[in-house]
Amino acid sequence: MGLLDQKFENSNIVITSMDNLLNWARLSSLWGMQFGLACCAIEMMATGASHYDLDRFGTFFRGTPRQSDVMIVAGTVTLKMASRIRVPYDQMSEPRYVISMGSCSNCGGPYWEHGYHVLKGVDRIIPVDVYVPGCPPRPEALMEGLLKLQEKIRTESLVRKKSA
Amino acid sequence: MTPQQIFESLKSRFGEAVLEAKIDAFPDPWIRVAPAKLREICLYLRDDGEMLFDVLMCLSGMDYRAGKLGVVYHCDSTAKHHRIVLKTEFTDADPHVASVESVWKTANWHEREAFDLYGIVFDGHPDLRRILMPDDWRGFPMRKDYQVPEFYNGMKVPY
Repeated sequence: MGLLDQKFENSNIVITSMDNLLNWARLSSLWGMQFGLACCAIEMMATGASHYDLDRFGTFFRGTPRQSDVMIVAGTVTLKMASRIRVPYDQMSEPRYVISMGSCSNCGGPYWEHGYHVLKGVDRIIPVDVYVPGCPPRPEALMEGLLKLQEKIRTESLVRKKSA
Repeated sequence: MTPQQIFESLKSRFGEAVLEAKIDAFPDPWIRVAPAKLREICLYLRDDGEMLFDVLMCLSGMDYRAGKLGVVYHCDSTAKHHRIVLKTEFTDADPHVASVESVWKTANWHEREAFDLYGIVFDGHPDLRRILMPDDWRGFPMRKDYQVPEFYNGMKVPY
């Protein structure tokens, strides 16, 4: 869709398609549900804070799944916590997306070999859209993950079924 | 008091229940006691005027292999500035030991952890249940012969 303000040269009318409009609206204000479980939560807080600022992407953290679009699973997912992740995911209303942040929620992380209590990757219980690698990922990496999610939303269509 | 003096004082009072001591152990000298008199020994350590061990720093379960389990107590005195380590051992056929929760309240959660991870049953504990693992977990993970389960509640556990 491009920069909206460049299109208002001649008149105040913008012509676009419904897909583009909806996608632009959705990706520009992705309200995240903070799901900070462990150390990655600190990097997520740093990304949301003033220096790396997620608010300029339209993202700010909501405490409740009912009002959020994207669930950022940040930290180690233990088997005890797994049922408590599934319930808020089911409570989110569509369109909903999941970003898996850090090695632990991607694939079990450093606990992959001996972790008897760790779920090896949150994608064993919920569908994930974007995986952000790192232990923990730098704030810039999390922002890149968010931008990748925005690109994924940009290519969605009302007619075609959503990928995740 | 030095660890040697503490050992001798315990030995003179409790006799056969105090089994051995390793004073030059690294990092801390330890005293091994029989599990039968454990609670009396701990009460004496806490209340006696020369000992005054008012803080239990840590209570850990141990698996010594070949069917032997144990508990290790790290005690510290804030008044007298000395510390000591107590060890007990028992077999896993009868993994019962007296609870010191009535002596040092901090043992409440430490003993729950030892029960959760090793299966050591503390007699006299008011609320002995799992603390770290989920409530319906089967097995005791920190034992040396523990096998990781294949599935837990429909989720695959190994990588």
